[in-house]
Amino acid sequence: MTIKTLHRPRHAAVAGLLSVALVAAACGSSSTSKSSSSTPSSGGGSSAPGVTANSILLGSTQPLTGPAAPGYSEIAPASNALFQAVNAAGGIYGRKIVYQYVDDQYNPSVTATKTRQLVLQNNIFADFNPLGTPTQLTVQPFLNSQGVPQLFVASGCDCWSSSKYPWSSGWQPPYTDEGKILGTYIKDNLAGKKVGYLYQDDEFGLDGVKGLDAVLPSSTVVSRQTYSVTTLTAGMANQIAALKAAGAQVVALYTIPAATALTLLAAAQIGYSPTWVVSSVGSDPPTLAGLLTSFSKGKAPASLLNGMVTNIYLPPESDNSNPWIQAFKAIQAKYDSNNKNWDGNVEYGMAVAYTMVDLLKAAGKNLTRQSLLQALDTKAGSFTGPWLVPLSYSGSDHYGIQGSQIAVNQGGLNLVPTGPVYQTTVSGPVTTVTNYTPAAPPANLAG
Amino acid sequence: MGRPVDLDRRTTSAAMATGGSTTGQAPGRWLRTARLPRQPFLRHGLITLVAGVALFLLTDSLGPFNDFQMAQIAIYAVAVAGLGLLTGWNGQISLGHGALMAVGAFATAELNIHTNVALALQILAGVAAAAVAGVIVGMIAARLRGPYLAGATLALALALPEIAVKYSTVLGGEEGLTLNPLTSPRSVNLDRWMAWISLLCALLVTMLLANLATSRFGRAFRAVRDDEIAASLAGINVARTQVLAFVVSSACAGLAGSLLGLAVGNVGPQSFEVALSISLLAAMVIGGTGGMLGAWIGGFFLVYVPQWSSSVSHSLHLSTAVESNLSLAFYGVVLMVVIIVAPSGIQGGIEAAARLAGRLAFGRPPLLAPAESDLVSPSPATDTPRPIRNPKEDT
Repeated sequence: MTIKTLHRPRHAAVAGLLSVALVAAACGSSSTSKSSSSTPSSGGGSSAPGVTANSILLGSTQPLTGPAAPGYSEIAPASNALFQAVNAAGGIYGRKIVYQYVDDQYNPSVTATKTRQLVLQNNIFADFNPLGTPTQLTVQPFLNSQGVPQLFVASGCDCWSSSKYPWSSGWQPPYTDEGKILGTYIKDNLAGKKVGYLYQDDEFGLDGVKGLDAVLPSSTVVSRQTYSVTTLTAGMANQIAALKAAGAQVVALYTIPAATALTLLAAAQIGYSPTWVVSSVGSDPPTLAGLLTSFSKGKAPASLLNGMVTNIYLPPESDNSNPWIQAFKAIQAKYDSNNKNWDGNVEYGMAVAYTMVDLLKAAGKNLTRQSLLQALDTKAGSFTGPWLVPLSYSGSDHYGIQGSQIAVNQGGLNLVPTGPVYQTTVSGPVTTVTNYTPAAPPANLAG
Repeated sequence: MGRPVDLDRRTTSAAMATGGSTTGQAPGRWLRTARLPRQPFLRHGLITLVAGVALFLLTDSLGPFNDFQMAQIAIYAVAVAGLGLLTGWNGQISLGHGALMAVGAFATAELNIHTNVALALQILAGVAAAAVAGVIVGMIAARLRGPYLAGATLALALALPEIAVKYSTVLGGEEGLTLNPLTSPRSVNLDRWMAWISLLCALLVTMLLANLATSRFGRAFRAVRDDEIAASLAGINVARTQVLAFVVSSACAGLAGSLLGLAVGNVGPQSFEVALSISLLAAMVIGGTGGMLGAWIGGFFLVYVPQWSSSVSHSLHLSTAVESNLSLAFYGVVLMVVIIVAPSGIQGGIEAAARLAGRLAFGRPPLLAPAESDLVSPSPATDTPRPIRNPKEDT
């Protein structure tokens, strides 16, 4: 009848605690022998953790399930497909890349556990392209204290380049950079128009707005609306009504794709059609077209996206004449055939993996974590790839892609690049890139 | 005031033991001196000390990944022990302990980020904040019974993380707050330092709760659980006792949340979802409701079940969608097996098995069997004449 309890510690407790401890020891014992080898991270020779004569073990935490999974779960398989293609062509100095990506559900406490497991138990050589700002901030001190490279974090936070954490590095443009570039476009091309903001109420949106505000005079901004991811289901009707009432003719969006789609639907419902200026995070046409269809039960056409302004730092995925797009599509067909979608996430995953391959090559035959970091600091700045601006890597800069070109959506599914390619830094001015054209992919990339 | 409802076995056991001492031959007397002290504080202190030394030696012999897991086991043990006190001793149910953990975690995070106060104060602030929340929730809980209480606390688990999103400028919103990393003494690895802190806290908490159980308050908790009317007739303020149990339980949850935040390095709503509250409850039942050893076993399950299930699904090449849900299914299966095989949890099962083993090893049950439920080892050291029946089972 009652739950049987009461104090009964004494011998039971002692014996029990010890037995728990012993089981724990038994469970963990398989890992103890391995983990000791992860400490001499800066040691010489090819004795680096995760590196053997014929393999390199990369790890990653990704939102394969959970709220952030739609779209983002395509990234790691796409990266893996590119690694497979490189492996098929002989690998890197005879070493094949093994990419072990695990699901952290975008939950920092899961990330904390799984990252430690990857590093201490599975002995990964580096944490490659792990996704998310809160998730990666959580493990940044750990990875750096262990001397494990936290490479090309999939987040536009400006937190990945700091002298305090030399083993961390970003890859995609910081949100602040994007904001400044979009702001520059508005200032130059939509001068005199009233501007409204709609942004996600977190670091992503706030950083973006910081960039916009750095460029746009505050007198032109007539309304600032926010939303949070958890209240997305409520739609955007209130925010859109407020933007319309304020007379905003240009609306800058720092939104994830689902929020962009809801915004467009809410605006269409009240016949409001400002010029949308959307961060690259929330403007991928195939993703948006799919969301519009599903949210409106087939009623909203993709043409709703027509005229949307955004920034791109890789060739538009709809540009089938681009040799990178052709190569990536061929790789997807061959090595990632489970994913039938070709979209910005797949392109992103392949492009970032391509950077990793270049970095591993640059680190040399005698691969160590130290040589990898050295290659990032001294050689990665001159890597060529699909990115539209030169990479900014140096001993004091771990950002990566710090620029973008403006692109306008034509008809719904096509992004057409327009105007100059801009370059900037988190605190510096926006300048125009000259003397740089993206290199063509190596002929044998797709195998 | 405790006299009329004195359910404490010690009184009876002591009386019986004295009465039974006529049977004490030479080996019996020697054995009796080998027993742990009868004074609860000394006894629990001794156990804690031994366990502490054992765990310390264990962390020293395990690899660095196990440090982080040891820390987590200890942290969950604190939360489960607190929940066990509420449910096992006081008969109140809470589906919202994850939210109370969040209260402690956010309080610690705010201090960690905005001030330079010592780590101990950051943790204490988490405990205090959760205790205050416990007063409020406890006062509501004292008016609710059974399913109504379950519903109210479930609402707490659902609503509290939303507050973090609503007031995102202060509480960090979806992404949560990123804490400043701990600083460990020079040569100690950060994860190991955190493991030591967590283990120390957990040992202290389980010791204090074990003492509380044998105290006047513990007896009052149980009296209220068993029969509120009888308890109030015996002079116990039922509502106040229930609130007290809730506060102590919340403080434990707050401590666990605070330590979890420090160990993980991030405090956000994702870490304190409803699933956590439910898992704590499952862990409590699996370990053995209200038992201190059971709390540790529960903590162990909370840490290792997800890991086991993910390695199982990896070796079976299951899809990630299956993998991420497998651990919940695993909990369900373990829960069912435990309820069928050992209805009073694994701690209860161990004790029952030990009683049986003792009976088999020492023949005639009535005289020599370790009659008290807390005897686990069949070793002769525990074999002193003891009360024949467990007085608890008469009631």
